[in-house]
Amino acid sequence: MKQRFLSIRQYLLPALIPLLLCSCGREPVFLKSPAGQPGDGVPQILHLGNGAEPKALDPHVVTGVTEHNIISALLEGLVTENPKTLEPQPGAAESWTVSDDGTVYTFLLRSNGKWSNGDAVTAPDFVFSFERMLSPGLSAEYAEMLFVMKNAAAFHEGRVTDFSQVGVRAVNDHTLEITLNAGTPYFLSMLNHYSWYPVHPPTILKHGKMDERHTPWTRPGNYVGNGVFVLDTWEVNKEIVVKKNPLHWDAKIVRLEAIHFRAIEKALTEERAFRAGDLHVTSTVPLDKIEKYQQNSPELLMVSPYIGTYYYLFNVEQPPLDDGRVRKALSMSIDRAAICTHVLKAGQLPAYHFVPPDTGGYTSQARVTYDIAAAKKLLAAAGYPDGKGFPGFELLYNTNESHRKIAEVIQQMWQKNLNINVVLKNQEWKVYLDSTQQGDFQVARAGWIGDYVDPNTFLDLWITGGGNNRTRWSNGDYDNFIASAASTSDAAVRFEAFQKAETILLDELPIMPIYLYVSLSLIQPGVRGWYPTLLDHHPYKYVYLE
Amino acid sequence: MLRFIRSRLLEAIPVLFIIATLTFVMIRLAPGGPFSDERNVSPATLAKLEAHYHLDQPLPVQYLTWWRKTLTGDLGPSMRYGAHSVNEIIGHTLPVSLELGILAITFALVIGLGAGIVAGLKPNTVTDYAPMSLAMIGICIPTFVIGPLLLLLFALRWQIFSVSGWDTATDRILPAVTLGAPYGAYIARLTRAGMLEVLNQDFIRTARAKGVSEFRVIYKHALKGGLLPVIAFLGPATAGLLSGSFVVEEIFDIPGLGQHFVNAAFNRDYTMIMGTVLLYAVMIVVFNLLVDIVQAALNPRLRLE
Repeated sequence: MKQRFLSIRQYLLPALIPLLLCSCGREPVFLKSPAGQPGDGVPQILHLGNGAEPKALDPHVVTGVTEHNIISALLEGLVTENPKTLEPQPGAAESWTVSDDGTVYTFLLRSNGKWSNGDAVTAPDFVFSFERMLSPGLSAEYAEMLFVMKNAAAFHEGRVTDFSQVGVRAVNDHTLEITLNAGTPYFLSMLNHYSWYPVHPPTILKHGKMDERHTPWTRPGNYVGNGVFVLDTWEVNKEIVVKKNPLHWDAKIVRLEAIHFRAIEKALTEERAFRAGDLHVTSTVPLDKIEKYQQNSPELLMVSPYIGTYYYLFNVEQPPLDDGRVRKALSMSIDRAAICTHVLKAGQLPAYHFVPPDTGGYTSQARVTYDIAAAKKLLAAAGYPDGKGFPGFELLYNTNESHRKIAEVIQQMWQKNLNINVVLKNQEWKVYLDSTQQGDFQVARAGWIGDYVDPNTFLDLWITGGGNNRTRWSNGDYDNFIASAASTSDAAVRFEAFQKAETILLDELPIMPIYLYVSLSLIQPGVRGWYPTLLDHHPYKYVYLE
Repeated sequence: MLRFIRSRLLEAIPVLFIIATLTFVMIRLAPGGPFSDERNVSPATLAKLEAHYHLDQPLPVQYLTWWRKTLTGDLGPSMRYGAHSVNEIIGHTLPVSLELGILAITFALVIGLGAGIVAGLKPNTVTDYAPMSLAMIGICIPTFVIGPLLLLLFALRWQIFSVSGWDTATDRILPAVTLGAPYGAYIARLTRAGMLEVLNQDFIRTARAKGVSEFRVIYKHALKGGLLPVIAFLGPATAGLLSGSFVVEEIFDIPGLGQHFVNAAFNRDYTMIMGTVLLYAVMIVVFNLLVDIVQAALNPRLRLE
């Protein structure tokens, strides 16, 4: 008996000692005081909070912002972005020309463009990459981004099987010609989306078939990129480290030696790591902490407009929401400004139209208004004077503190201004997605972030039968305006069509815009070259530490 | 002994089978799937994605395929973290969670046994009330309060430990304390109760009457009996530590398995859910078995058979 008892202790203790000792050495914390020490001796290693663990690092299969942040360091598209304005500027292509009708782009690739293994970046590499992105077998979620190219959609859907029919062609090793369906003014800025990034063909083929998902090619050691950085380590749930790529054509202007992307899912944990000086920039700011930072250290808080709108969806097939007057009354009776100042508090702006103002130079002329008297009249006209006989409805949101607060305030506004009762209902994220996709809701919260800076990324949501049109709304005129905007490259004509479309949208209101998103982050004072941008992109080439 | 272990392991087979089957059925009943997102993927792409992960096959076929692969040790690719397989993710994160769990239970035992023995020796005095009040607090305060509180004091204010991460030996201290504290508190109360009961027994009085030293009385005679309830508690405690590590891992940013166990359900990462549930089930069965063996070793009245 005694023997056995002892033997357990004998095993337990030695088992613990190596656990305590074997921990690998931690790099010294770069900043002991959050303020940092300005000077030349600052190690150029940027530590970023990057939210959740990325799903993958293959530009052709990912869908998220977390992934964008890392992949944009590892790969470079034909064009890159100005760090302040996000204007397209030369990337893998050193110059380009556009045909008069705006449909043919000819890119001249730079002769010193290199993959991280030393191979030259060539036009056929891009053709390979676009073919991979569009190949039916890969089933890339973002394949639609490439549909502006001639025959791209047909190839993806299998109607065209010969890729040479698709509008991309390597004229020679350094000349790439892309033919579009129509003049697309936002085409160049679209090229900064990872779906357009090149991949290194020999690497892809070494680890699997061209259209095979999730082969080991994205592992450290295997990853060959043409970006400013190369993949160094990838520790699941912990961090991804990228190191400066000495072979990059513009390596001499890059000052950062490495970037650590930390996977910290919880905003509060991330904020603590920032406060302790473990992070230079966070991916978000916990809601409860915003006011504290605004008061005590506003210089650490970066709030910038973000190309996204928070809105409510109406299911236009469900009474009483099938009546446009009811939808309009609901929209007119909420005080968006009050929601921004008293609930959100971080500098969000009320949304009076769906497309955020000045999106690629476009601002909607039509606006929704806040007019309780008019709302009451509309509700009476719909048959519910002073809310009498109004059947009520359920307001659905995915379980989240901020969505709940907004829903409660809107519920009260409707109660007070229209005398109608609304029931709040929350569902876990995936259940909520399922309900809204199936049309199993009456009113639901939603948000949309633009993929590129152009009104099209917002307005083509609501075309009849659109993949993301969960309102079931359909309007022939609206569809025509969106289609006519897509078929012209004349900026004035396009914007005119968008204006008309958005006027219809805001008159019929299958959706009710509420506020415009902002991107929020905490940033250490020593970080330079990191500017607020509309897409929350921060080209790392220009970032350095002081 | 071996017969006991063998029969317990055989009993575990239907248990694991039922757990896996129920999990499989329940996750498929939950609305939404691994590929639903705010932005819809086109129906054609969705169909291809589902085909890629064999989700287009009839459920019984999928179920059998899963068992066939699992029995060969392959838990399949993660449906969310496509670049890594479930085996790889478990391989990376399980050692971290185990280390955290072992350190936490060690902390809980050291603190709990110490405080419990001290309290049990002099009941209803200051040395009883003080540790027992602390224990009560320890049981009542949840980890998501203790954790940030410890961080605020020891990491942010006094800068003794780092705020997040799992790199140095000192990074282990606060998480282990946070995770272990409630269990330590519970163990303290159990130890105290066990000690009180044993110290009033005749054989202790006999031992003292024979002039055995107080240290020997406690260490040799009282502790062995007094520890039995604590040992029995270790089984459920281990289960609690494993499934409870999620909160601590989030607070301290520890790359452990707990967060995958929880998030997989939210992500509808079917393969990851099945893999982690089965793994946890196996671990709990094993730990309970170990506890039973230790218990029998300590208590001659219990027969393994």
